[in-house]
Amino acid sequence: MSYQTDRSRVSGLGSAKKGTEHWVSQRVSAIALIPLAVLFLYTFIGTLGDGHAAVVAKYAEPIPAIIAVMFILVLFRHLRLGVQVVIEDYISDHTTQLRMLILNMLVWRGVAIVGLFAIAKIAFSA
Amino acid sequence: MVELTLPKNSRMVTGKTWPKPAGATNVRKFQIYRWNEEDGKNPSVDTYFVDMDTCGPMILDALIKIKNEIDPTLTFRRSCREGICGSCAMNIGGINTLACIYGMDEVQGDVKIYPLPHMPVVRDLIPDLTHFYAQHASIMPWLETKTNRPAKEWRQSIDDRKKLDGLYECVMCASCSTSCPSYWWNGDRYLGPAALLHAYRWLIDSRDEATGERLDELEDPFKLYRCHTIMNCAKTCPKGLNPAKAIAEIKKMMVTRSV
Repeated sequence: MSYQTDRSRVSGLGSAKKGTEHWVSQRVSAIALIPLAVLFLYTFIGTLGDGHAAVVAKYAEPIPAIIAVMFILVLFRHLRLGVQVVIEDYISDHTTQLRMLILNMLVWRGVAIVGLFAIAKIAFSA
Repeated sequence: MVELTLPKNSRMVTGKTWPKPAGATNVRKFQIYRWNEEDGKNPSVDTYFVDMDTCGPMILDALIKIKNEIDPTLTFRRSCREGICGSCAMNIGGINTLACIYGMDEVQGDVKIYPLPHMPVVRDLIPDLTHFYAQHASIMPWLETKTNRPAKEWRQSIDDRKKLDGLYECVMCASCSTSCPSYWWNGDRYLGPAALLHAYRWLIDSRDEATGERLDELEDPFKLYRCHTIMNCAKTCPKGLNPAKAIAEIKKMMVTRSV
């Protein structure tokens, strides 16, 4: 039983004063991914069937390595922002939502770091 | 949480089939959602047969005819019968619209009528819109000024007044908000297309002096940014308005003031 007014329930805890940066970022990263995905696939497909040594040699060159780094950075940022929206949309239990949002913040950054480390290792040890 | 199935006590069962009007040759079948709090039963879908030869051309005419001649317990809201009060919003043939301005000929086959989706039902076709109205109140739907009140009126140029066209016509029938999946899942926090269209109507009013405060209040991942441009609102609006565009304009204002 609560005598809270409807108007008070609607106001809730007020406005979070954020969301615009997320919205812009999601759209900018989506646009950036169009050329980056094309460039990444272009450099990557070129190495298909060439064997391990050829792939390592390719990613030791600056251009393919930089393209791969940029692609990974933007891709996982875009993925994190997108999955965040899905969690906010579909998980209404606040505790579960918070846990999944934290997991979402960590997982994609972790995966991206693994990818970046792999490229750095190839680029700087060849 | 997304609800893919109805809760047990909300599952619909087949209801009563009311007798056909005697001597009628041009009969149309209506299947209408029935529920009331008192009898403790699950909602049901009753079947009515209406004589089209003695019925008006709009869906509301049939509902009134059913209430007058067949079943006086059928409950629905209606008032102006010309699409200006917004009372008779309901789901007709799968579309949220106003029964009074929705033609009988716009529905193919049997006419299925349900209350507006995903709202608590008060009785039969009457949804509880308390929260919806409170959300509308929260966007400050009035002229907010700081300059001293002028001797006569707050003046507005013809061009500035034109900016309100396509917004001021909203009759708050709730068809758009209750057609929006984002509003279904997060209606407790997401303001929904109707309230946001009204918010934009005051944001671009040249006489208003609280634009910044209004934007401050709206800048929230849930209040505003739950809109994912699904566009059901624009598709369903019985007045032909485009709430999705108004929401997009608000987002543009947010970006404009931050870059």
